[in-house]
Amino acid sequence: MTVTSQELEQMVAAKVKEVAEHRLEQLVNERVRAALEAETRKTARPKRVAIVASKGTLDAAYPPLILATTAAALDMEAGVFFTFFGLHILKKKGLGALKFVPVANPAMPMPMPNLLGALPGMTGLATLMMKQTIKQKHIASIPELMDVAKESGVKLWPCQMTMEMMGIKREDLIDGLEEPVGAATFLEFASHADITLFV
Amino acid sequence: MAIGYTVALHLDCKGLNCPLPIIKTKKAIEKLNLGQVLEMISTDPGSKPDMIAWSKSTGHELLDTKEEPGLFTFYVRKTK
Repeated sequence: MTVTSQELEQMVAAKVKEVAEHRLEQLVNERVRAALEAETRKTARPKRVAIVASKGTLDAAYPPLILATTAAALDMEAGVFFTFFGLHILKKKGLGALKFVPVANPAMPMPMPNLLGALPGMTGLATLMMKQTIKQKHIASIPELMDVAKESGVKLWPCQMTMEMMGIKREDLIDGLEEPVGAATFLEFASHADITLFV
Repeated sequence: MAIGYTVALHLDCKGLNCPLPIIKTKKAIEKLNLGQVLEMISTDPGSKPDMIAWSKSTGHELLDTKEEPGLFTFYVRKTK
């Protein structure tokens, strides 16, 4: 097949037009999307994260505090409701003294038979090892994360009912918390949340 | 190194793990004026996707990411 130079020119021109149009459309779409996102951010209320912390072990204290502090860093509004054993995280005595329990935890770095893990001192040992790893690997400690949470305006609610049940007084809890509340207050907050999590 | 913009603040997050680089980045950007650029250096491989997500969520502009083995450098412009 022979192609005249005129035909060739037309083919090239058509191809160039097609590519250019496609690219132009892409660019316009990108710009419009970015502008829309920026506009939404300006006008919309901040995203909200509502978290329930229901467990009082060292490992279970991490997810709610990491997620809440990161949410605040992402310009989201975050609130954590500490209920049942989760309330332990807010105790003056609990904050730095949370324990890591090896019993019934098949995901231990060094798997340990339950019978062995149940021996006196094993929880203390496992906690010590966990805390050493946390320090060595430059992972934030629970008290550090709690400080960041307070600084960045994360709402920290102690559960009133749990306080009654466990005989915990306001003065047993760390400073910088919201007033103790019930399920209704948390649910009202959570009903306007974009993300709700139960830990 | 020609990067095309002036860095107003350097933040060293080497050795730190999630979520500390993001939390420190957020604190650092608050110290800047509108339009100024923050340079954040991290060794946490998770900080690469996380900085993209942080930028998307906050609207601060992630201008550039440089990657060397085990070292990530981010340039962020304060937009609000």
